[in-house]
Amino acid sequence: MHPFEYLAPESLDETLAILARYGDEAKVLAGGQSLLPILNYRLAQPAHVVDINGLPLEGMRLENGRLRFGALTRHATLEESADIRHHCPLLSEAARLIGNVRVRSLGTLGGSLVHADPAAELPMVMLALDARFTLASTRGVRTVPARSFFTGYLSTTIEADELLTEIDVSATPAMGYAVEEISRRAGDFAIVAVAALVRIDRRGRVDDARLAFAGAAPTPVRVSQAEEVLSGHEPTVERVAQAAAAARAAAQPESDTFVSAAYRRLLSGVLARRALARAVSRALEAA
Amino acid sequence: MIATFSINGRTRDVDVQPNQTLLDVLRDTLGIFDLKEGCSEGVCGACTVLLDGRPVSSCLILGLSARRRRIMTVRGLAGDGELHPLQQAFLRHGAVQCGFCTPGMLLTGLAFLERHPNADRAAIREALAGNLCRCTGYAKILDALEAYARELNGRG
Repeated sequence: MHPFEYLAPESLDETLAILARYGDEAKVLAGGQSLLPILNYRLAQPAHVVDINGLPLEGMRLENGRLRFGALTRHATLEESADIRHHCPLLSEAARLIGNVRVRSLGTLGGSLVHADPAAELPMVMLALDARFTLASTRGVRTVPARSFFTGYLSTTIEADELLTEIDVSATPAMGYAVEEISRRAGDFAIVAVAALVRIDRRGRVDDARLAFAGAAPTPVRVSQAEEVLSGHEPTVERVAQAAAAARAAAQPESDTFVSAAYRRLLSGVLARRALARAVSRALEAA
Repeated sequence: MIATFSINGRTRDVDVQPNQTLLDVLRDTLGIFDLKEGCSEGVCGACTVLLDGRPVSSCLILGLSARRRRIMTVRGLAGDGELHPLQQAFLRHGAVQCGFCTPGMLLTGLAFLERHPNADRAAIREALAGNLCRCTGYAKILDALEAYARELNGRG
């Protein structure tokens, strides 16, 4: 690792002042499960590393039917908390799939979102949940919807002087949910992952369907084409298959050293069908 | 800078550079060799330590970030010359071959079974998915952990 200055601010104001002062020359250290490999390989050589683990940004609170997560909430908490599982089971199911048990001990929700790996589970799930992100800087506070946060490969709208402090999502206890993914080896990033949320009304028709992909484009994406196929209809096996076909057609995956775009596209359809089918059966149990 | 660490119940003041990982501090500065350096990217599990009771890759945390937190290496398992029951289970089941992955397997398995004492073999397997054994001696490692879990539950 290259030499750098280590800063461990103890308040939000102090942190924001450091970020305002150093901008691009500083890197925020949250759980470090993406940043430390980058530093170990010298892929980035920031002059200042700002360890924010001393800030009180851990944990979830419920407020007016919304779940508000501190940015330092650990993946292990998302996975294990009975409260989170009850109010937002999609998030718990996704957290179990992240990296390995050591990554989940330290890795944070906010860190994963700002790192914005296109194949990561949490950015995808935040899109499905229509999450809102609170970004703070010495210039003030702004709220950005998940849909406009992810702008490209490992890129977001966050500015160098901003810190993601809070993530809020609406509680979805009555929605059917499912996450499906395929990765080459246990612990690898997914080749393609899918998150699905489905709500069914009293007449047995879908009144809210949400589908999001990771690994199917340079950013996580919502798949409105598939959602429209389901909305307002009875979620029959045929209807779900049609929605999955629409999802597959909408995917715009790329090839890399290991996996072709064609295979990613194939997986997009298969995983969309599995996720929707499982979400529908859970929604029917809940209805 | 001088930082205070709590390692296996003992408090130590150590001169640490900001760019040292916890792995560097423990092995290179303090000569604690019961954790191993495998991949240096958090994938293999050989450098696992428990931090406040949870398994972490010591190669993926700065030394300074681990100040004032409880660090446990595999040496912290054995008390007064007596091996921990999990270590005894590893011996009994022949779960140690070259030994390089063993500290990580022990600590990860122990932390998991403390949280999930009723875990079955499949769950233990999943919890250990991030610990690689290049001797590929997984079956006996699982045998040992399963036997220890049964002992814990009085079903031994």
